[in-house]
Amino acid sequence: MARRDYLLKRAAWSVLTILFVLILNFFLFRILPGDPTTSIAKDPRLDADTRAALAARFGLDKPLVLNVQGGGLFDSQLFAYVDRLAHGDLGVSFNYGRPVGEILGERIGNTVLLVLGGQLLAIILGVGLGLLAAWKNRTPLDTGAIIFSLTAWSLPTFWLGILLLIIGSTYFGLPTAGRQTVGMDYASVWAQAIDVGRHLLLPTLTFTIVLLGEYMLVMRSSVLEILSEDYILTAKAKGLSQGQILRHHALQNAMLPIVTLIALNLGFTVAGAIQVETVFSWPGVGSLIYEAVRRQDYPVLQGAFLVIAISVVAANLAADLVYGLLDPRIKSP
Amino acid sequence: MSERPTAPPLLDVRDLTTRFITPEGVFHAVEGLSFQLERGESLGLVGESGCGKSTAMLSLLRLLPAAGRIVGGQALLDGTDLFGLDESDMRAVRWHRISMIFQGAMNAFNPVRTVGAQIAEALVFHGLAQDRGEAQPRVDELLEMVGITGARGSQYPHQYSGGMRQRAMIAMALACSPQVVIADEPTTALDVMIQAQILELLERLQRELGLAVILVTHDLSVVAEVCHRVLVMYGGVLAESCEVDGIFNQPLHPYTRRLLAAFPDLSRPEGKLVSIPGYPPRLNALPPGCRFAPRCEEVHERCLQERPKPRQVLPGHWVACHLHEAGAANDRT
Repeated sequence: MARRDYLLKRAAWSVLTILFVLILNFFLFRILPGDPTTSIAKDPRLDADTRAALAARFGLDKPLVLNVQGGGLFDSQLFAYVDRLAHGDLGVSFNYGRPVGEILGERIGNTVLLVLGGQLLAIILGVGLGLLAAWKNRTPLDTGAIIFSLTAWSLPTFWLGILLLIIGSTYFGLPTAGRQTVGMDYASVWAQAIDVGRHLLLPTLTFTIVLLGEYMLVMRSSVLEILSEDYILTAKAKGLSQGQILRHHALQNAMLPIVTLIALNLGFTVAGAIQVETVFSWPGVGSLIYEAVRRQDYPVLQGAFLVIAISVVAANLAADLVYGLLDPRIKSP
Repeated sequence: MSERPTAPPLLDVRDLTTRFITPEGVFHAVEGLSFQLERGESLGLVGESGCGKSTAMLSLLRLLPAAGRIVGGQALLDGTDLFGLDESDMRAVRWHRISMIFQGAMNAFNPVRTVGAQIAEALVFHGLAQDRGEAQPRVDELLEMVGITGARGSQYPHQYSGGMRQRAMIAMALACSPQVVIADEPTTALDVMIQAQILELLERLQRELGLAVILVTHDLSVVAEVCHRVLVMYGGVLAESCEVDGIFNQPLHPYTRRLLAAFPDLSRPEGKLVSIPGYPPRLNALPPGCRFAPRCEEVHERCLQERPKPRQVLPGHWVACHLHEAGAANDRT
């Protein structure tokens, strides 16, 4: 009963948050300086008539919030946007001239492939390494793990990406750009998967290294904190070995801060990794956003940010539920 | 140093010396502490905070924090020196032969596992049950022994009251039927009514199960209620030890006398409580002579230069003080 109330409350808050983001997004991008019609036409020498026609075609001639010049109070950009959204229509891209939903659909798949893989690798390696470092606290192994993590964490993503790109393409013959080899005819699905995998290797590696350090450091300090708790002394007094103490008494408790971190990071999965995607010309959401900002492609930006907001909110909701499973003191599930 | 003609004591601690080696210097936490514990005996270990009583107990189980070192002495349990065992043999001794009651009211239970599971864990680890299921009847029996219905074993520590947690802690300490139970401040942080209940429970179990108990406390009234014999520690060394009546009727060490004067006496309600002026010695900067000399009212030249050794001045009554040379016990009550 308490659980259902809690879930309903959480869900209601999530919906409110998304609605708020939805409205905020609309204004956020229109504050950007410049005129979208310039980038739509891709030609600065455009005459005023063509400019007006373009603006009218995308509804940019209408007032922003309320129409007080006649033709109905709600005949404005904001209400047109909300109305379309209510029908599940994210609008048409200024730049590509295609429905935003369609473009996002293609890009999200690519991004999830890259980011989720990188995240999972980083989580597994980072948590494992953090646990090991905490276990071997104050040994050279611990020190080495800390130095490695701090270094990895502080590397500029684009710099590491470029470095790996050079090394990978020069010495290992790995492809430098895109999702798969252009114009390739695949003998089988397998052959295609291998090709995509080869393209995926370097960006995933970059992403993993950059994220790894944070997971490792948070896990290490979390485990060390738990190991200084009174109940760990009780466990030792009961005759448990170091390994048993880690497995049965430290791991579950130490996972709480990691769950928060994972939720925050996974929430931004669909946002992609703008730097990694740009360096490796990976056709994901990150590079789409980058391009859309440059061209003031409002519908694409609005659509992309809406999807990001939804996934962040969903990931936080999921984290709350996992919390309840890990820690019985939290009264949720 | 015992001259008892009977069988060797259950636990014979000889010249236990424990130090903490830290960047701030070497802390002489326990120096040359010797005592015996007979089967079925209840021994009170009394002293101010930081006098080394908890360190001495953790030394017996070899559970000192990383900086702690047992630099000398023996702890013979049924003739086996615990300090000579390797780590895996020591793990088998913990809880199975010597268990410890921590301040369960605080944080001695892991908050994310049920109380029953934590008791069962000790049984399974020491081979007294194959698995959790097989341990269940014993877990129920233990909980009921301390007045908790077995069904509550499936609850988490935060669902217990402070007193219940302490009783569950006692149940857990008795799980493997140990020969020696060390109770480290078992009633601290509990209110007075609950304290009385816990002490009564401890005393009853001690009698019924024939346990040998070491009760660590700073509260002399607790000792008077539960213990057969008392050991008073000051600044890491033994000050005085004797039968419980001796401490109250004929205290010999000036520190013991000051300690008694600092406790209320119901038979003399008009008597004033006197605190001991000064502070306990800093264990990294000890006075060269008697450690109590700087606070002692009866201090003389010799106390400042020579450290007094424990001597038996009355039958079964040991004291480390220059005022009480062997045989020259002067009655000062």
